[in-house]
Amino acid sequence: MSNIMLYTEVTKENYLHTVLFELAYKAQELSKKLNNADVSALLICKTGLAEEFKEAFINSGFDYVYIAEDDRLANYSTELYSKIAVDVINEVKPEIVLIGATTQGRDLAPRVSSSLHTGLTADCTGLDINEKGQLAATRPTFGGKLMATILCKTMPQMATVRPKVFKPAPENIVKDTKFIYIKPNIDNIETKVKFVEFVKGVNTAINELDSAEIIVAGGKGMKNEAGFELLKNFAESIGACVAASRGAVEMGLAPADIQIGQTGKTVTPKLYIACGISGAIQHIVGMQDSDKIIAINTDEKAPIFDICACGLVGDVFEVLPELTNILKTG
Amino acid sequence: MKIIVCIKQVPDTTDIKWTENNTIQREGVESIINPFDVYAIEEALKLKKIIEDVEITAITMGPIQAEKMLRQAIALGCDNGILITDKKFAGADTYATGKTITSAIKSKLPDFDLIICGQFAIDGDTAQTGPSIANQLGIPQITFVKELKECENTHICAVREIEEGLETLRVELPALICVLKGFEETTRAKINGYIKAKNAEITVYSMEDIGLTPEETGIKGSPTFVSRAFRPEHNRGECEICSDYNELAEKISEFGGISNE
Repeated sequence: MSNIMLYTEVTKENYLHTVLFELAYKAQELSKKLNNADVSALLICKTGLAEEFKEAFINSGFDYVYIAEDDRLANYSTELYSKIAVDVINEVKPEIVLIGATTQGRDLAPRVSSSLHTGLTADCTGLDINEKGQLAATRPTFGGKLMATILCKTMPQMATVRPKVFKPAPENIVKDTKFIYIKPNIDNIETKVKFVEFVKGVNTAINELDSAEIIVAGGKGMKNEAGFELLKNFAESIGACVAASRGAVEMGLAPADIQIGQTGKTVTPKLYIACGISGAIQHIVGMQDSDKIIAINTDEKAPIFDICACGLVGDVFEVLPELTNILKTG
Repeated sequence: MKIIVCIKQVPDTTDIKWTENNTIQREGVESIINPFDVYAIEEALKLKKIIEDVEITAITMGPIQAEKMLRQAIALGCDNGILITDKKFAGADTYATGKTITSAIKSKLPDFDLIICGQFAIDGDTAQTGPSIANQLGIPQITFVKELKECENTHICAVREIEEGLETLRVELPALICVLKGFEETTRAKINGYIKAKNAEITVYSMEDIGLTPEETGIKGSPTFVSRAFRPEHNRGECEICSDYNELAEKISEFGGISNE
């Protein structure tokens, strides 16, 4: 029986990372194209924690969950987690392994794929099974100017997927999930990396953007600091959070922690207003699931207009002060 | 302390043009040092300021033209440049690239203390080559590093920027770190740096020099391959273009549910 295995990330506060449920629903779709391949999860965590998650696994369509618990696994450790993941994958031999492209996933996945001497496709935005039954992983490259569909010659075929790229199942998919406990073989490993401290959420901008209902984002079209001031004033007038494209961050107009897109954050506000952002796919993957998108750009052919509900062709330096005035006075 | 900085020559992705056949036009596209690799050089230079006897070697796998970029790295303050170049490296994925750089380090720079990589390359954006090198060398890694502190000859502390906050880890050397943009200002090459770079000797190694076979490198040594490349498609037509500011303001109020109460 073939097998699609998903890596389960446990957050610092001991929740299941939501990317698991997005991958789980996608895995159901892939499974149907692989003669109903089993969908399994690998969970690595501190002793006793797995019990709390069992219901979530049962309701998310998992056939098997492989659990490695140990008191040494309370904090994510590249050395210990990758050792366990490699051992379990060698034992279970899944055809496909999917991992969330979080900082943890992106730290772990290349270490594991390299140990298994197999391929890994980073940060996919599309996953499918081709006519030969292979995983066809599609991702943006060259700054989003090109999409590439990548195949893997070796097993398992591995890929990372960014959170919020796929949708979780709209309702429970209940399965008779089997939970298999594996004794982690880590007693003889003396880790070279030691945990010192963790300071939660010092990046308040990150948290604000996660829950923001309205986001106003500036791109290279904002040109300079004065442009970003206009953007901030506009955002304030409508009670929005400010974000930026990578272009604007690289120009030094905005800090990296408010960057939206493939190398930044993924957001899903009620309204996303893109100002002076052309709309490279790498930006789009970070904001395309916003309820409504509005764009202001001088170039009427800018790809950002393709995904908008509405837009205005114009110079942000003229448009934003006018809008700020109109919306302030209401 | 011997530091290796892994750098990559990338096309300036802000300047990409299309041919009539929907392929990327490579001629005439400016090549730059991957910006994250410049941050890697900056971290190495910071260590040079606080630790005695630091030697920084920049290494790259790439076409012969990448020599120019290694000279830039020397102008910024690196001591040596190593270019691993061979036609047989073409088509390498992150696994094969990791293997090639690992072989070069094992055979030519085995007594390193620290390897610094940029977290991402702006062309491929995979963030995979650094951890792949660390794994093949059998050394620990710390990724998404925002800042180094308490650095000594035997260990360093690294602050990682992760989704939920800042995590500090301490690692025994040798180790590999992948860095994000640091807190400090960008380094600029100084005049004497350019003079040094102009006269520097760049060491060039081929596939045989680092003990690899054609089966282990390039497209043959890569588990993954691109089966199809295409231009992203968008479905134009949904977008309603507003004719004036008032109309746009109304839409913003409607979509955002802004209260003017």
